[in-house]
Amino acid sequence: MGKKVKITINGQPVEIDKGTSILDAAKQIGVIIPTLCYHKDLCVAGNCRVCIVEIAGQKRLAPACATPCEEGMDVLTNTHKVRNSRKHIIELLLSEHNADCTSCYKNGNCELQLLASEFKIMNQDFIHLVPFRNYTIDDYSPSIIKDDSKCIRCQRCVRTCAELQSVNALTMAHKGEYAQVTTFFEKSMNDVICTNCGQCVNHCPTGALVEKNYIEEVWAAISDKSKYVVIQTAPAVRVGLGEELGFDPGTRVTGKMVAALKRLGFDAVMDTDFTADLTIMEEGSELLSRLRKALAENDRTIKLPMATSCSPGWIKFIEHLYPEFLDHLSTCKSPQQMFGALVKTYYAKARKLDPERIVSVSVMPCTAKKFEAARPEMHDSGYRDVDYVLTTRELAIMIKQAGIDFTRLEEMHFDRLMGESTGAGVIFGSTGGVMEAALRTAYELVTGREVPFDKLNITPVRGTEGIREARVKIEKPKKEWAFLDGVELKCAVAHGLVNAKYIMDKVKAGKADYHFVEFMACPGGCLGGGGQPIPTNPDIRQRRAIAIYAEDEGMTLRKSHENPEIIKIYNDFLGHPLSEVSHHLLHTKYTPRRL
Amino acid sequence: MSDNDIVKRADFIFKNENDWEEVLTKSLARTPNELINELISSELKGRGGAGFPTGLKWKLTSELKSDDKFVICNADEGEPGTFKDREILSRVPFKVLTAIALCGYVIGAKQGFIYLRGEYFFLQQELKKAISEFEFFCKEIKYDFKINIFMGSGAYICGEETALFESMEGKRGEPRNKPPYPTAYGYQGKPTVINNVETLAHTFTIFKYGAKRFYDLGVQFSRGTKLFSVSGDTPKPGIYELELGMSLSDFVDDFGDDDTKAVQVGGASGFLVPRKKFSATSIGYEGKLVGISLPTGGSMMLFNSSRSMFNVLDNYLNFFAEESCGQCTPCRVGCQQLLKGIKAVKRGEKPASYLDKLLSLAETMQYTAKCGLGQSVANSFTSIVENFREEMIY
Repeated sequence: MGKKVKITINGQPVEIDKGTSILDAAKQIGVIIPTLCYHKDLCVAGNCRVCIVEIAGQKRLAPACATPCEEGMDVLTNTHKVRNSRKHIIELLLSEHNADCTSCYKNGNCELQLLASEFKIMNQDFIHLVPFRNYTIDDYSPSIIKDDSKCIRCQRCVRTCAELQSVNALTMAHKGEYAQVTTFFEKSMNDVICTNCGQCVNHCPTGALVEKNYIEEVWAAISDKSKYVVIQTAPAVRVGLGEELGFDPGTRVTGKMVAALKRLGFDAVMDTDFTADLTIMEEGSELLSRLRKALAENDRTIKLPMATSCSPGWIKFIEHLYPEFLDHLSTCKSPQQMFGALVKTYYAKARKLDPERIVSVSVMPCTAKKFEAARPEMHDSGYRDVDYVLTTRELAIMIKQAGIDFTRLEEMHFDRLMGESTGAGVIFGSTGGVMEAALRTAYELVTGREVPFDKLNITPVRGTEGIREARVKIEKPKKEWAFLDGVELKCAVAHGLVNAKYIMDKVKAGKADYHFVEFMACPGGCLGGGGQPIPTNPDIRQRRAIAIYAEDEGMTLRKSHENPEIIKIYNDFLGHPLSEVSHHLLHTKYTPRRL
Repeated sequence: MSDNDIVKRADFIFKNENDWEEVLTKSLARTPNELINELISSELKGRGGAGFPTGLKWKLTSELKSDDKFVICNADEGEPGTFKDREILSRVPFKVLTAIALCGYVIGAKQGFIYLRGEYFFLQQELKKAISEFEFFCKEIKYDFKINIFMGSGAYICGEETALFESMEGKRGEPRNKPPYPTAYGYQGKPTVINNVETLAHTFTIFKYGAKRFYDLGVQFSRGTKLFSVSGDTPKPGIYELELGMSLSDFVDDFGDDDTKAVQVGGASGFLVPRKKFSATSIGYEGKLVGISLPTGGSMMLFNSSRSMFNVLDNYLNFFAEESCGQCTPCRVGCQQLLKGIKAVKRGEKPASYLDKLLSLAETMQYTAKCGLGQSVANSFTSIVENFREEMIY
């Protein structure tokens, strides 16, 4: 325990750890101080100055987020001086902000708008500065739209891109009146090293950074009677969507989501969890085959650790920054793209549909999936495998537009053939989930026994630490896996690209002796994805994670290889994991990208 | 001293630096505490403009335990109307180097830096030569100390001490949140003393002659002498070492052209004093008991009746709107609003009463901006608008 200090806030005494910010101290006693540049995920910037408070005896006001409590401080959060200054600051921000709210994508979920509303900034007579700038909207990226006219220079995106992702696609340039958040040489987001992870979008308080939405395109497809519109839903969506539609964070809304999608008019509502299970079959087999070649056959060309390949933000990251290590990546496509390739082949055949008629839509917690779906190699079905990618937020918008009272929906089940999943597929939505799912299946394939963890919960790979490691000792394997007897399988999990970078630097230095590493671009994994409801913060991620693991534990089937639809697809279509058909439809190659 | 000098001149800073080796050796023979006490009893305050007691700054840093500490000489002289530091560095560099080394001795630093303004590139060669001569001597007397020059890149904000650290660390020059202060968390997060060039030069004087000689000059709360950069409508522009505490009317009588309408004390971030307030104003640090006492980094700009105060303010605000780092809202947007606002009033696009809204905004900037830049814009804005309101409107 650190040293305690006593302060008063608005006359109310508080005893608190020395070093705590005034903002946090105030929160403890129910005093709310408005903030804007502050975000729980990020370092304290103290830029916007919205959170200024008065400290008795000091002429200047202090930013509550950046001022540590000192013994005897007498803090006042609601004096005339504070209110007046705060209103000025909000008014200044509005004067440099394109406040055309009714035509803004973030209308209704904008922190600046909320502040303006709370403080009733009615007579905005500062000179409007936006017309003095030559703003152009950057919408070249398939994932992200950047509109500088709405930027208030809080630098949340800059800190996000640097601190959480170590990508630094966005940075501050110029000074004074020309200060702006921009990219390398002010190029389009599409032409710089950007992973499209969308964390900047998720952390932007205004509409300056938003996802490129495909809502109208999907509505058009649904209305087109000649089209057969199929939708797949990613695991993390079901624990986030509710937040946009009247539920508390951490509420599981799987059944209601399915019901809503049916009401929206999708012809088939199926589950990405199914292809998550399929990924485990393919990726687990790939891992075992690599281990056999490396350990039993001493094949030096085999690269270990094998890295997971589900997260398209991570894929673009490694393609840009570690292109010489692409052989470490599993060749498996992400579950989204496996689903896309199968829906226009396997599903079309089984349902006797012309694949040309099928419009394949996905709903993802992710903006990078939009880029992934648009990759030129993702046409293995003979068509574009996934036509449109919606984020969790876009789906919520569609549900609202359709006039559906989400809270009152009866729960429904996914459609057959590619709608069945196991708990292993569900936990793909959380950091550590792919690893856990893979271990559940791989261990059993090799030994014929379940993983030696209580109730199949591989707790060492769960949690919120940026990097976690686990070791699983393989004992008494089946005969064909005899070479693995006594081998301690070394695994690691990294989420947030800053942690991915840490592991890759270790790999680069030859200091990573792992066999298998799970990488997810976003903090918390997909449940904290760039396409998830705003706000997303450590507390909300935690609640979504609890929901995901509860969903897993509530399922009868919790191991991918027990999914009956998985067994069926191998029997009817694919043959076996890593078969020729699998290779054609479910595996891919990666592209080194310039720095 | 010539007959028509009204304000008393002094001559410490630029006088004779030939004895720097002796001053260094003798001072190194004293204990750090003795040197600190010398500074504290001299009541020397920072000559960059903010006026923090120098002895206290050294003391605070000396008391902290750390493997690394640094001394930084702030030579990013960027305040419009200030041009004294470059003179010091080109005429008496060894005084500054000696002071840096002694500060290192006092606080326990092995390394010093001179953060040299980008535009002072021409000083670099000579200064480097002086440093190598200086370091050679240090080696001879077995005092282990290194001094490096770090070239700035031209941003005004990098004269702000924490932005300067960021700049030296290779980052964008943006001020940090304070606390922590540089004495505890400075360059590379280590305890750091950062002093203005002139402040360091004064410590040389104090170590050489003793605190009393310095303390006896000037007035209460504002001890010693100070270099003034005199410019504008004056028959004798230049750099002068004057005692602190002089009245502005004496100054104007001495340096004015008999038509002085106003004096800007302290550069663009300082205050404008109109003629009617000359006699009530003196030059020194805050704390004077009677009348107004204005601190200054040394810039004294005189304006005569041919000058439009609107143009003067417009010029300053253009400077601030460009040189604000753009990080915090009140400074970034506030400067633009003040600038565009006075133009709008002048053109009749906004009513004269809009000036009151701008005055209130300037006050908010003073209370809420992150660093001294944003906080001080209100100084010139408010003093000019309040004293020359008609010139803003008509």
